[in-house]
Amino acid sequence: MSIRERLSGNEAAATAMKQINPDVVAAFPITPSTEIPQYFSTFVANGVVDTEFVAVESEHSAMSACIGAEAAGARAMTATSANGLSLMWEMIYIASSLRLPIVLSLVNRAVSGPLNIHCDHSDAMGVRDSGWIMLFSETNQEAYDNTLMAHRIAEHKDVMLPLMICQDGFITSHAIENIELVEDDKVKEFVGEYKPEHYLLNKNEPIAVGPLDLQAYLFEHKAQQAEAMKNAKQVILDVSKDFEKMTGRKYGLFEEYKLDDCEVAIVCMNSTAGTTKFVVDNLRNQGIKAGLLKVRVFRPFPAEEIAKALSHVKAVAILDKADSLNAAGGALFEDTVSAMYVNNVHVPAINYIYGIGGRDTKADDIESVYKDLLEITQTGNIENPYRYLGLRKEEN
Amino acid sequence: MTNINNTTPMEKLTPGGDIYTSGNARDFKTGDWRSIKPIYISEKCKQCGLCFPVCPDDAIPVNSECNREDFNYDYCKGCGVCAKVCPFGAIEMKEEG
Repeated sequence: MSIRERLSGNEAAATAMKQINPDVVAAFPITPSTEIPQYFSTFVANGVVDTEFVAVESEHSAMSACIGAEAAGARAMTATSANGLSLMWEMIYIASSLRLPIVLSLVNRAVSGPLNIHCDHSDAMGVRDSGWIMLFSETNQEAYDNTLMAHRIAEHKDVMLPLMICQDGFITSHAIENIELVEDDKVKEFVGEYKPEHYLLNKNEPIAVGPLDLQAYLFEHKAQQAEAMKNAKQVILDVSKDFEKMTGRKYGLFEEYKLDDCEVAIVCMNSTAGTTKFVVDNLRNQGIKAGLLKVRVFRPFPAEEIAKALSHVKAVAILDKADSLNAAGGALFEDTVSAMYVNNVHVPAINYIYGIGGRDTKADDIESVYKDLLEITQTGNIENPYRYLGLRKEEN
Repeated sequence: MTNINNTTPMEKLTPGGDIYTSGNARDFKTGDWRSIKPIYISEKCKQCGLCFPVCPDDAIPVNSECNREDFNYDYCKGCGVCAKVCPFGAIEMKEEG
């Protein structure tokens, strides 16, 4: 029997880490993810985990320590947010290019500046091309479940890539929700032991990690990473299937909520999907065929699958909780429309930048997006595909 | 493992370029970084032994009789320190072709 609890998103992530009982956790506190290493260091102090907790002096060191630990053959985890991830940036690329399956809990927060501690996805979007697998979580339950699945995915021999589990800062990280936990022994069995093929502390096989990789080789090594990222898609589906067998909770590359017969659809990630489901239900009661595609796996990006899932809709809005400041739309929008174009799906698409710096996105805001989409289905006109949701402007 | 070159396909390279053996720095030949080349003129050499200790790349082999031999161009980067210390003009620096 699973355990019914009520936990905040940070508690959920820390509890998953406790059950995983990794060899090393190296972390530095930063709002809003501070509680994860805080709770975890309590587990260490109380002796409920065997983990070596490294209280480092910066996030750059946190990621470096995780890289050292993983290269040595250990299982390493960390947590951070926003500027903490920015400070890790150099090592984020080292981790993925050395093919070290580190697992990071990223509690999404706006990257300064000006200074802001609240939720948006600018931290995650800053590392979207760094070769990390990126899972997004709508609820505390999903943050917990994704963490339990993380190592099985990252450490798979066809993958061997680091993985980050994203959840919305404060919105889920600090909100307490009902949650179903898996029993400790079942988690242990599900996650399994990490047995890397090659590692530095193997005295029978002295190895060198991270050698000079010039013109003759780096291209091929990057292509290997790209190949591993492609492989990750099937591995994620397989691991999710096993997880479903254990818990009954079903996960795919993305969630389709009333999408199959819908006319107007929203694509978004993390907690906003919860608000959107509420709006979809209301609109359905009014006879409006609204639907949602909630992206769970952002890297690898399920381009073909998303294009197919959206192929029947009459208009789609892609919501980005980070502005790419490139005059051509947010990252999720660009990936989604690129996926549709390449797969010969021609659906009118618009982009909304929303929720920047923790700006509240209410049901009314989401409803206004569906109203805009309905207007597009009637008029066929998209005057401006690059829009804002909840931004104050003089003409408003 | 280290027997790879600029024709090796990506499938044959190790993930991340990791090297699964030890003691193989010798396999990384750095001589092609050279733009000028030392030429050993053995007739002028008195085997005084001043050149080989200053070579930063250990590119002047010394045999069991403690005599130096011709340069090992696999590793010589052409820094010219040996030519500078030679009192007998037995090392001349030439442009690489």
